[in-house]
Amino acid sequence: MKNLAIMIIKRLGLGVLTLILLSLLIFLSVEALPGDLAQEILGQQATPSAVAAIRRELGLDLPPHIRYVEWLGGMLQGDFGNSLALKRPIIDLITPRLQNTLFLTLYTACIAVPLAIILGMMASLFRNSYFDRISNATALSAISMPEFLVGYLLIYFLALSGYFPSMANITPATPLLDKLYACFLPALTLTLVVTAHMMRMTRAAIINILALPYIEMAHLKGIKPSRIIFWHALPNALAPIVNVVALNLAYLITGVVIVEIVFVFPGLGQLMVDGVRFRDVPVVQASSLIFASAYVGLNLVADIISTATNPRLMRQK
Amino acid sequence: MAENVGNKASDSEPLLTMRNIHIKGLSDETWVDIINGIDLDLNRGEVLGLIGESGAGKSTLGLAAMGFCRDGCKITDGSIIFDGLDLLAQSKRDLRKLRGRRIAYVAQSAAASFNPAHKLIDQFCEGPLKHGLMEKAQAVSYATDLYSRMNLPEPELFGYRYPHEVSGGQLQRAMTGMALACRPDLIIFDEPTTALDVTTQIEVLAAIRDIVKQFDTAAIYISHDLAVVAQMADKIKVLLKGDEVEQADTATMLDKPQQEYTKSLWAVRKYARAEQKPVSGQVPVIEIENVMAGYDKTTDILKEVSFPIHKRRTVAVVGESGSGKSTLARVITGLLTPREGSIRFEGSALPDSYHARSKDQLRRIQMIYQMADTALNPKLRIRDLIARPASMYLGLSGKALNDRVCDLLHMIELEPDQYIDRLPSELSGGQKQRIGIARAIAAEPSFIICDEVTSALDQLVAEGILKLLDRLQSELDLSYMFITHDLATVRAIADEVVVMKDGTVVEQGPKSEMFIPPHHPYTELLLGSVPEMDPKWLDHLLDSRGADNIGDAAIAKML
Repeated sequence: MKNLAIMIIKRLGLGVLTLILLSLLIFLSVEALPGDLAQEILGQQATPSAVAAIRRELGLDLPPHIRYVEWLGGMLQGDFGNSLALKRPIIDLITPRLQNTLFLTLYTACIAVPLAIILGMMASLFRNSYFDRISNATALSAISMPEFLVGYLLIYFLALSGYFPSMANITPATPLLDKLYACFLPALTLTLVVTAHMMRMTRAAIINILALPYIEMAHLKGIKPSRIIFWHALPNALAPIVNVVALNLAYLITGVVIVEIVFVFPGLGQLMVDGVRFRDVPVVQASSLIFASAYVGLNLVADIISTATNPRLMRQK
Repeated sequence: MAENVGNKASDSEPLLTMRNIHIKGLSDETWVDIINGIDLDLNRGEVLGLIGESGAGKSTLGLAAMGFCRDGCKITDGSIIFDGLDLLAQSKRDLRKLRGRRIAYVAQSAAASFNPAHKLIDQFCEGPLKHGLMEKAQAVSYATDLYSRMNLPEPELFGYRYPHEVSGGQLQRAMTGMALACRPDLIIFDEPTTALDVTTQIEVLAAIRDIVKQFDTAAIYISHDLAVVAQMADKIKVLLKGDEVEQADTATMLDKPQQEYTKSLWAVRKYARAEQKPVSGQVPVIEIENVMAGYDKTTDILKEVSFPIHKRRTVAVVGESGSGKSTLARVITGLLTPREGSIRFEGSALPDSYHARSKDQLRRIQMIYQMADTALNPKLRIRDLIARPASMYLGLSGKALNDRVCDLLHMIELEPDQYIDRLPSELSGGQKQRIGIARAIAAEPSFIICDEVTSALDQLVAEGILKLLDRLQSELDLSYMFITHDLATVRAIADEVVVMKDGTVVEQGPKSEMFIPPHHPYTELLLGSVPEMDPKWLDHLLDSRGADNIGDAAIAKML
C-alpha cells in the first residue's frame, strides 16, 4: 500500500506540472489566434479610441505574461473569469454543459466498456471462430465510419421510425429517465465509435497472455477455458485494457463536438467551438483546461488501477 | 470416483500404456514428424526417466501422456490407455476432468508457470476445488501439510505469498506441491530442476523424490541430465529425434548401455583435457586487482576480487546465479566502471571505461556470449557478421577480407561455401555458437571471455564447442576466462578455477587441487551438489548430510 501511496503522490505532482505546462500552451496558442475581441465586438467601423477603451476595460492592453499569471491565479481559486462575448461568469456557462458532457460520457461508458471487454474476452475465447470474425468486422466497420454518418444512420433507422428522439437537447431539470431516453442515440453513436478500440485491445492483450506457460499449466490442471480467461488471463491483461479504456473515456469528454452537433446536445464541445468563433478567449482557455484535466486525471486513474492489480508492483520485496 | 474419470484397475495392470505413438508438428506450414512410433509402459508407483537432447520429443511425449498436445502439434496415430481409459477417445470435457486430478504436470520453469496475479495457495486450491474434491479449508490445510513435508519455510504462511515473493527453488517445490493437490496417480515432471542452481537443485530433487515415494505416485521424469535422472528413475528410456534408442532399468542403463548413441551421451561427461602447468614469473595477460564494483552507489556486487589470467591458460570462474561472475566480465570489458581497483593488461593498466580504451586494447579483449541467438544480429548474413570485426579492427577489405572470413569459417569447422551466405536463423544452436566464436577470433584477440557459452547447448554439442575452444587456444595462443556454473565444464576445460560467492573469491587454485579436498565449505557444497552418475548418490548425500543440510539451508548456515 505504501508503494501505491507514493506512486499516487508522485503522479499527482506530475499531473499538476503537466496541467501548468498545458495552461501555458493553451494561453500561447490562443494568443496566436488572429483577430481581436474588441475589434470583433465593435465591428469594422469602430474608432481606434473606442477599441482602445474596450481593450482597457477587458484588460487586453496588459502585457501577456501578466494576463497569464492573473488568469492562472484565478483558475487556481476556482474563478474562471467572465465570458468576454456573453459578459457572464464562465463558471455559469460551463457547469451545466460539463454536467451534460459527463452524463453522456458516463452513459456511453456504462454501455461501451462492459460490452467491449466482454466481446473482447469472448473473441479471444473463441479465437478465429465466426463469432470472433463477425464481432471484429462489425467493430471495425463502426470505427471506420465518420461519427456524423453513424449518427445520421442511427437517426435514419431509429429516430425517423419514432423509436427514439433525434434531438438530445436536455436541461438540468430533465428527469433522469427522460434524459436516458433522450440521450440514447448519441450514447449509442459514441458506443459504436469507441467499442472497437477497447474490444480489440482486450482481445489482443488476452491472446498474448494465452500463449504463456501459466496458461498451459492451467489447462493441464483441468481448468475450464472460461475460467482460464477470467481468472488466469484477465487479471494479467488488465493494464493495457485499462489504459485503452481511459484513453477512450477521455476522448468521450473532449472529442464529441460532431456528435453534439448532430444531436443538438448542449455539451462542452459546442461551447468551446463557439468560444473560438467569437474570440472569447477565457471560455476557450477554461474549456481546454478542463479537457486537459480529464486526460491527465483519467490516465492517472488508469495507472493506479494497473498498479493496484499487479502484485509484483504492489508487494515489492 | 465418477465413472467417466476411469475405474481403478487392479494393481497388476499397467497404469499407462502408450502404443505406437506418432505425433506431428507444424513447422513452416508443413507437418513434420516429432515422435515416430514410440511405445511406453508405466506401472503404478513407478518412475520412468525420459532422456534425450533438445528436439528429441521428450516434452511432447510427456504431454501426450496427459492426452495433451501443444498448439501446432497433433497425435496422428497410436493409442494412449490410462488406467483402462482410452485418452484419445475422450471428449475434451472428460479429459479436463482427468487432468490435474489423476494426471498432473510439473513444468520446467516454475517462475513462468505460476500465475503472477494470484497467491500460491489460491493456485494450489484451484484444482481440488474445481474438480470438486475438497472444500477450501480442507485444501488449505492439505497445502500446509505438503509445504511442511517439502521443507518450505513457514508452511502456514508460505501459500499466502505471490510467486515473485519466493525463491526459485521454493517455487519449484511449490509447483510439485500443486501437482500433488488432487493426489494424482501420475505426475509428469518436465525438466523440473534444469533452471536451478546446483545447490538448489538438490533440495528440489530430494523433495520430489521423497514426496513421490510417500504417496506412491507414478511419475515420468523428463530431463537431459543423466545424473539427475539416475537419482529419480526406476527405469530409463533414451530418445533421439522422436525415436526410442533403448530402455532399461536405471542400473543396467548406466553400467551397460547397448546403443552407440547412449554410450556417446555417457562419454561426454568423461571428457576432460589435461591441465596445463601453472605459470610462474611471467606477466599475466589479464590481472584483476582488488576490484570493487556495483550498479548503484551503495551495494558492492564485487568485493575485492583479484586474480591473474596467464597466457594460453583457461581460468574458470565458478559460482551460482548472483555471485557476480557476469559483473566481473562487464568490468574487464570496460562496460562497468569499478569503484576501486583496476584491470591490468599485459602489465599496463587498462582505462576503466571502454570509451577511454584504444582500438587496439579493445581488439585484444573479446567476448563470446551465452545466448548465441540474441548475440547475433538476425538480419545479417554470416559473411557480414564475421567480416565486421575483421574490417573494423584489422582494416581488411575486398578479397583479403573475404579470404579471412573463409579462413575463420574453416577454423570453426564450417564449410564456407555452404554457410557464408546464410542467416543466423538457418543455423543450429551449436553452429550459431561457432559463429560467435569466429566473430571473437576475427579480431585476433589475446584474451576471450566465454560467458556460459555452453549452458544453452545439449551435452554432445557443448562438448564439440569445448573441444573447438581448446584447439583454438593452442593454435592462436589465447587466454580464456570461462564463466560457468557447470562443474562438468570446469572439469573439461579449465586449468585454474576461481570460486565466487556473493561477489567475493572464496577459493582459487589449479583444477587438480580444486577437485581434491579440503575446501572452503562453499566449494565443498558446490562440488558435493553436482549429481553423479550413481543412482545411490542422492541417498548417500542425504544420509551423510541430512535433509536440513542441503541447498539454501546449508548456505544459510555458512553465513
